[in-house]
Amino acid sequence: MSGTASNKPFIRLSGVRKVFRSRGEEFLAVSDATFDVEAGELVSLVGPSGCGKTTLLKIMAGLHPHDGGTVEIGGGEVDFDPGRDVGMVFQQALLLKWRRILENVLLPAEILGLPMAESRERARDLLNMVGLGGFERNYPYELSGGMQQRAAIARALVHDPKLILMDEPFGALDALTREKMNLELLRIWQESRKTILFVTHGIAEAVFLGTRVVVLTSGPARMADMFEVDLAHPRTLDMKTHERFGEYTRRIYKLLGME
Amino acid sequence: MNGTTQSRQKLADTLGHWTLIVAVHLALVLVWHLWVVYGKVPAYVAVGPLATVKSLGEDYNWVHNTLITTYEIFGGYLLGCIVGIGLALLFSWFRTLNKVFMPLVVSLNMIPKVALGPIFIVWFSYGVVPNIIIAFSICFLPILLTTARGFREIDPDLIDLARSVRASRWQLFSKIQLPGALPYVFSGMKVAVVLAVAGAIVGEFISSEEGLGYLMQQVQVTLDTGAMFMAVLLITLIGVVLYGLVLLAERIFVVGDARVE
Repeated sequence: MSGTASNKPFIRLSGVRKVFRSRGEEFLAVSDATFDVEAGELVSLVGPSGCGKTTLLKIMAGLHPHDGGTVEIGGGEVDFDPGRDVGMVFQQALLLKWRRILENVLLPAEILGLPMAESRERARDLLNMVGLGGFERNYPYELSGGMQQRAAIARALVHDPKLILMDEPFGALDALTREKMNLELLRIWQESRKTILFVTHGIAEAVFLGTRVVVLTSGPARMADMFEVDLAHPRTLDMKTHERFGEYTRRIYKLLGME
Repeated sequence: MNGTTQSRQKLADTLGHWTLIVAVHLALVLVWHLWVVYGKVPAYVAVGPLATVKSLGEDYNWVHNTLITTYEIFGGYLLGCIVGIGLALLFSWFRTLNKVFMPLVVSLNMIPKVALGPIFIVWFSYGVVPNIIIAFSICFLPILLTTARGFREIDPDLIDLARSVRASRWQLFSKIQLPGALPYVFSGMKVAVVLAVAGAIVGEFISSEEGLGYLMQQVQVTLDTGAMFMAVLLITLIGVVLYGLVLLAERIFVVGDARVE
């Protein structure tokens, strides 16, 4: 966000395209995805199901190859190792049932072979940050859905990645918990100074969270729009009643053909 | 304060639970006793609990026969666990293997294993070994099938999560797949206990010179119903002990919520 010496963004996608083939039929999952993300931004990717937002996330995580265009992550003043610097959060918390919360948070650090004593310390700090201090020794089933998702966020941060990819992380929560988690996420984002890509089909959620919003449409999948959200930080719930907030959401509804 | 009341409550619950279990079993023994005494059941049809226990005093080599049957059941069961889990591992590691052999395994499962008994005896001669093999052949399939299912039941997003930090195949297996499959392994192992017991006894019925199944056939000729009842009781007890051991292992290895009923 702030002016840096090199003006290359942290992430630069241009003309990214992905085609799935099954039984001789081709299915266009992503096309024309072109946008930049600056280091430290929280960018929302919003669109209906089938618009390729999840696929785009997986391309950025290095889990899927792409068929066209370029994906550049890092390279500016931020080094980036795709096998080390990505944290992921999914719609389901996906905590391992047989591990206590602290051990769950430690999973990526274990896989990466990071020094355990340090990682433990960090995991404890992160659990405190997400509001789960004191639950280190509990099992996942003893936690509510919202709390499990907080643990999943702590897990995504434990190896100190530079990029956090979130795929509808609050989609399975009830509406009130979801609002609360939105505020929590903004706080965590500001405390941790991470770059976050947040996939959602919630239009208000996308505007409320994002410094920028990328709108994707389906049938065929393509990127329809990208705009900055000019709302002050820290965001508060009453901003949702601002006229400008309404303009942003209307803009997205229109793009998705829902007006 | 609250902690102690809670743990005391828990203790009381456990105690109540066990009291109920013991009471139900004792009630059954009582019903059995009353049925035999007041139903005027002739002794060659059924004897009461007391006469059944009394038959232990007769010279039927109880200890030796019980040990032989235990050995057959436990041996066949252990072999079933090793082969069942081992094959499930191979099938999950090598997809082609799974594709080629799983349908075969399922149709082989349809063979009534009991009918293979005489053939096994031709192959392995009679005695303890063929009985172990019959017990094994009956009990390994449910373990194989549930374990294989356990390996498949992993959320693809969880695999993506591990791959995003470049987990090796071994890490994926040891940290996620194997512990995730354990509840399924145990559910198969619980089903397999009954089958292993049945397999060993069938083997003894077909051909053997020792074991509780063999003893039952001997005393059937002399119409010693008490001894037959006792043999059934002992076979059941062996099964209960094995089942208890499996439950204990499950308690140790599987976290409460993850257990598959």
